[in-house]
Amino acid sequence: MSALLAKHPCVREFFRSVGLNVSETRRTFRVWLSQLADEAVFDAGMDREQILSHIERLIVEVATLESTRLSPIQRLTIRGGRDKAGHAENVCIEAGAGQVVCIVGPTGSGKSRLLADIECLAQDDTPTGRTILLDGELPSNDTRFCLDQKPVAQLSQNMNFVVDLSVQEFISMHAQCRMVADVAAQTAHVIACANRLTGETFSADVSVTQLSGGQARALMIADVALLSASPIVLIDEIENAGVDRKQALELLITGNKIVFISTHDPLLALRGHLRIAVRNGGIAEILVTTDAERKNLEAIEAIDVTLSKIRDRLRQGQRIEEPIEWPQ
Amino acid sequence: MRLVTVAGGPSVGKTSIILRASELLHEQGLRVGVVKFDALSTRDDQLYREKGIDVTVGLSGSLCPDHYFVSNVQDCLEWGKRQGFDLLFTESAGLCSRCSPHVKGVLAICIVDALAGVHTPKKIGPMLRLADIVVITKGDVVSQVEREVFAYNVRLVCPGAHSLFCNGITGQGAARLVDRLLCAGATESLEGSHLRFPMPAAVCPYCVGETVIGETHQRGNVKKLQFADAEVK
Repeated sequence: MSALLAKHPCVREFFRSVGLNVSETRRTFRVWLSQLADEAVFDAGMDREQILSHIERLIVEVATLESTRLSPIQRLTIRGGRDKAGHAENVCIEAGAGQVVCIVGPTGSGKSRLLADIECLAQDDTPTGRTILLDGELPSNDTRFCLDQKPVAQLSQNMNFVVDLSVQEFISMHAQCRMVADVAAQTAHVIACANRLTGETFSADVSVTQLSGGQARALMIADVALLSASPIVLIDEIENAGVDRKQALELLITGNKIVFISTHDPLLALRGHLRIAVRNGGIAEILVTTDAERKNLEAIEAIDVTLSKIRDRLRQGQRIEEPIEWPQ
Repeated sequence: MRLVTVAGGPSVGKTSIILRASELLHEQGLRVGVVKFDALSTRDDQLYREKGIDVTVGLSGSLCPDHYFVSNVQDCLEWGKRQGFDLLFTESAGLCSRCSPHVKGVLAICIVDALAGVHTPKKIGPMLRLADIVVITKGDVVSQVEREVFAYNVRLVCPGAHSLFCNGITGQGAARLVDRLLCAGATESLEGSHLRFPMPAAVCPYCVGETVIGETHQRGNVKKLQFADAEVK
């Protein structure tokens, strides 16, 4: 029994969760189980045979969790389906690891629908009829519906934190379930990165539910870039959230993720490698970012810096009366 | 006819998940029926009827809805066979996390709600631990981290079960669930079948209407709370 508990901490955790007191004993597990009071077994919510088979399956499951690693994905392909009017899209879009694809279009044009198609790795089984390929192949059902090793991570607009944990506890909980080797160091790294992304820094002791919108976004971006195993990341709008967009994208790119961002923000849209324009529920244009656009991006960034300075001064209660010097 | 028992806590999305799955089953030309169990009242039957699904409601009143379920499940099966359904769902009342309306040899689904928090899977009893399929709902409204941790905890609580995310509103994930439902074998009779685990026990004067509080009224299957500062007897 002692040996079993020492070798498989998950078994001890299981007994704790069903309210059985385990004893460190030299008796074998079966003997220990047979000597338990019937009432205690009944209260645990399983009979002896079920406990035995549960523990056998648990040990196998934990071993599987430890040994399965998501294989890296080099390339994602979107094969077009049809728009709201039923017109064929006739497109085929490829995105590689370390690339950022922006999705632009008016509100209600179908940006979220396109993200949803990627999220579920659609195989002509969603209303748009699109098909998503990974490394040129149809993903298997196991890949599509795998529960905790999903290839796609999504940071959505209507995300909430439900657990009341500190940032430190929250990220280390994730690191533990990701079976990271050095949980404490990796947690500290994620929090430090998140703080570099947000203008308003936060401490590791603050509760996640108290984070501002920008801080929560920054934390989730750092977490998905550094801790999540998913090679594909979907982001629904990060503008106006107090997040350093340039650094956020660089962090995701260095993690070799394939990133899709739905956005209206020129700073993001022009920083992508290509952008998909969506209209009436369908993919209308595919634009590869040109050198001229990159040059304009630099000018827009300079304007953004000027605007941010004005924003900071407003925050500090200052007047904005002198003529504004716009960058040339 | 296939029989599927669906259990889950209150407001986790049991009805929504059955509706989304039934829509897909209808598209495949299959006839679906539902027996909805509840304690005092339910309006879920209207939701089913609006979707053209035959439904019978069972209200347990003052009885434990799970005990009521097990006394009626054979009759449910007979009703479903008379109606000529291809698949019959029983939907539990979802009152306590100790209930376990799963039957040996009958496909058992437990529905859990990601909004309930990452530690919830460990708190649910045989209803979750002894299920064949675990459906996680409301995954779209929690953070990516909580989604991953929740799924991980479900795997530890339910090793070997088929677990999947399903959105009760958009139906995302329902196709996968339907694939699993169609793998279920037919159930012709439940006579002599066994529950996977005994129902929550309750045999004391309060089960039969006692309302007075006090030690003299605590007879039968009584269990006392242990306080740390109490003398050890």
